Amino acid sequence: MPSYVNAEKCDGCKALDTTACQHICPNDLMVLNTETTKAYNQEAAQCWECYSCVKICPTQAIEVRGYADFVPLGASVTAMRSTEDILWTVQFRDKGIRPKRFKFPIRKGVAEGQAQAFDHYPTGDDDLKSPTLMCEPSGLNTEDGPVKMDKVPTL
Amino acid sequence: MADFETVTVETDLLICGGGMAACGAAVEASYWAKKHGLKVTVVDKAAMDRSGAVAMGLSAINQYVDLNSGNNTLKDYLDYVRNDLMGVTREDVVANIARHVDSSVHLFEKWGLPIWKDEEGKYVHEGRWQLMINGESYKVIVAEAAKNALAEAEGEYFERVFITHPLMDGDKCVGAIGFSTREKKVYVFKAKATMISMGGAVHVFKPRSTGEGFGRSWYPPFNSGASAFCTIYAGAEMTCQEVRFIPVRFKDAYGPVGAWFLLFKATATNAQGGNYMQENAAELDKWEPYSKVKPCPANLRNWLMMLDVMDGKSPIYMQTHKAIQAIADQAPDEKAAKRKLRELEAEAWEDFLDMTISQAILWAATNTQPEEKPSEIMACDPYFIGSHSGASGAWVSGPEDLQTEETKDEYCWGYANMTTVNGMFAAGDASGASSHKFSSGSHAEGRIAAKAAISYIVDNSDAPNVDQAQVDALTAEILKPLDTFAEHSAETTDPDINPNYIRPTQFMYRLQKIMDEYAGGVSSQFITSDKLLEKGGELLTYLKEDVDGLAAGDLHELMRCWENVHRMYQADAHMRSILFREETRWPGYYFRSDKPSIDNDNWLAFVNCTYDRNSGEWTMQKRPVKYISQ
Repeated sequence: MPSYVNAEKCDGCKALDTTACQHICPNDLMVLNTETTKAYNQEAAQCWECYSCVKICPTQAIEVRGYADFVPLGASVTAMRSTEDILWTVQFRDKGIRPKRFKFPIRKGVAEGQAQAFDHYPTGDDDLKSPTLMCEPSGLNTEDGPVKMDKVPTL
Repeated sequence: MADFETVTVETDLLICGGGMAACGAAVEASYWAKKHGLKVTVVDKAAMDRSGAVAMGLSAINQYVDLNSGNNTLKDYLDYVRNDLMGVTREDVVANIARHVDSSVHLFEKWGLPIWKDEEGKYVHEGRWQLMINGESYKVIVAEAAKNALAEAEGEYFERVFITHPLMDGDKCVGAIGFSTREKKVYVFKAKATMISMGGAVHVFKPRSTGEGFGRSWYPPFNSGASAFCTIYAGAEMTCQEVRFIPVRFKDAYGPVGAWFLLFKATATNAQGGNYMQENAAELDKWEPYSKVKPCPANLRNWLMMLDVMDGKSPIYMQTHKAIQAIADQAPDEKAAKRKLRELEAEAWEDFLDMTISQAILWAATNTQPEEKPSEIMACDPYFIGSHSGASGAWVSGPEDLQTEETKDEYCWGYANMTTVNGMFAAGDASGASSHKFSSGSHAEGRIAAKAAISYIVDNSDAPNVDQAQVDALTAEILKPLDTFAEHSAETTDPDINPNYIRPTQFMYRLQKIMDEYAGGVSSQFITSDKLLEKGGELLTYLKEDVDGLAAGDLHELMRCWENVHRMYQADAHMRSILFREETRWPGYYFRSDKPSIDNDNWLAFVNCTYDRNSGEWTMQKRPVKYISQ
């Protein structure tokens, strides 16, 4: 099935109200089997292979096996996500092709949880009827852009 | 009736949905709500960090108007969108989003999103309007800012609560009702204003892969038409319900092609190596004036490819290896070429890993290295996605300050992004006729709608009047599938096969078969006709009646029941609108064999429709297309 749980690695997210994978799946697929205390994907044909469960699992128990109706067997794409970047490993079906490894940034300049919503730019007016949104008009400009808008533009 | 607790939540602004538009709304609403002592409530059927279409991440931001560079004007963007949609667009709404989107993008960067920069520290453009990003955590970052904003304004958010219906007080929306997918609780939200921002609709049509691959739609399977249903059910006037979008992407896994076409300058050919954009160019004479403007409208690029497909000239290939070689050839020496190749390889794989990991799996499983061999591309299936190159959604008021003498009476009725239902706002995929907003523009539109909604609340501060009888009736209707299953499932030895009910998966398959065969789905090569649509409508009538027979064994399946009811209403609006528009305007999205040409004399217009939930009747109407740019 698209995302699957390794029985040996899954511990059912002991001591949590809900398993991490069940918390995060955007399509409500991951579920805890209360008898085995292990998670599983309850509707594989609805899996988008978004990897949200893979990335969040605290024991890295979840992987993805490509859709069997069009993906040949034997390849894998694994992810290890940290606070600032993500490490991908792509293993080909043909083991003669060297696996590819990539590291990409995922966040820059702001620690996890610390995104401050407001106050990056002043808001031009307090008028609920004006077109000025929070952080505008200065938020429309960049430091080096030659055009400096001093109000929300019109046509 | 199944034994559920009812939780009542009173708020000022209710934001239904947790995706890009809803997160933009949450941030903006929190800012203004804090100033005015108002409460904001967000409700998401999933978990905001990874909910909606940007769950997986994105490798590009597709709307950055870059007004501050002096290279682009608002009019430039309007010209682009108007032409891509073959003339049918609400320029006032598009311009409103386009003038605000840059500030959303700059905020994303302040919140931690890495945007590619060149040696001079300038954003790297994928194309004129698109920026490259390291976007694996795009949604996580945007959701984080939204949650932090809500916390600062003492707002709240609910996760794992599925909204089924809006709550109505006559012609005014006074909130929404739904249920928890984790506990036996019905949620009644009472609100002075309600924003509908629950995404578009996928799986209304049968996808190309029908086994496990059913889940590999290009737009996510969990966009199930809730926005369309809630606005339709409320009696809001809907627009562009015929304008579905069919992307052409790498085949089966549907990985993005934007970077390949725009950044790497790849070309696509048929199986004989012919470039269909050149070989079928004469076809463009039939779709003037839009076909002769660059860039060629997306639906026409599809159409020229589909002509080759229908002619048996598949497989269609993206010539990835030629593109990479051409770029590497520009390097000054072999060492530089090798380094360039490594860079390109990383960019090509990141393009997939940031937003369509399945394509990386498929390439790995077929031993595909893009620098060595081409890859198949193909049309996906039809989706309802007003934020992209589709246009379906609710008909909303434009902003007052962008109206002209000609447009103001037709397009503006008080609060930006309010639907024709008082107190009901729409943003993102939920708002129609405002294509090409994508992720960033949806966020900006959420912000626009939120500020307007706060203004509405300040002007209309009476407590919402929610009728308990309506709540009771809807509660019974919502929970009925559980009751049906409980009552009948033990009567046969297989709970899937029971003459008394239908489970939501089979209901969905029936809907998809109708749409596929009669409304121009994949198996019909996107071709339909008046006779096919009429027959499809007949079959849909039986399905509507069978809503009463839906059965669910648990909360997850109850959600699936309602998702498919929502999809069905989207399907209904869609078929009626295709039928009403007596021409073909977007041949690469759908083609009417009985009306095979564009008819600008009669049909340069919006097809709008309104549903009366009391009588079950639809009213179709044409509305004039009026431009603010000309």
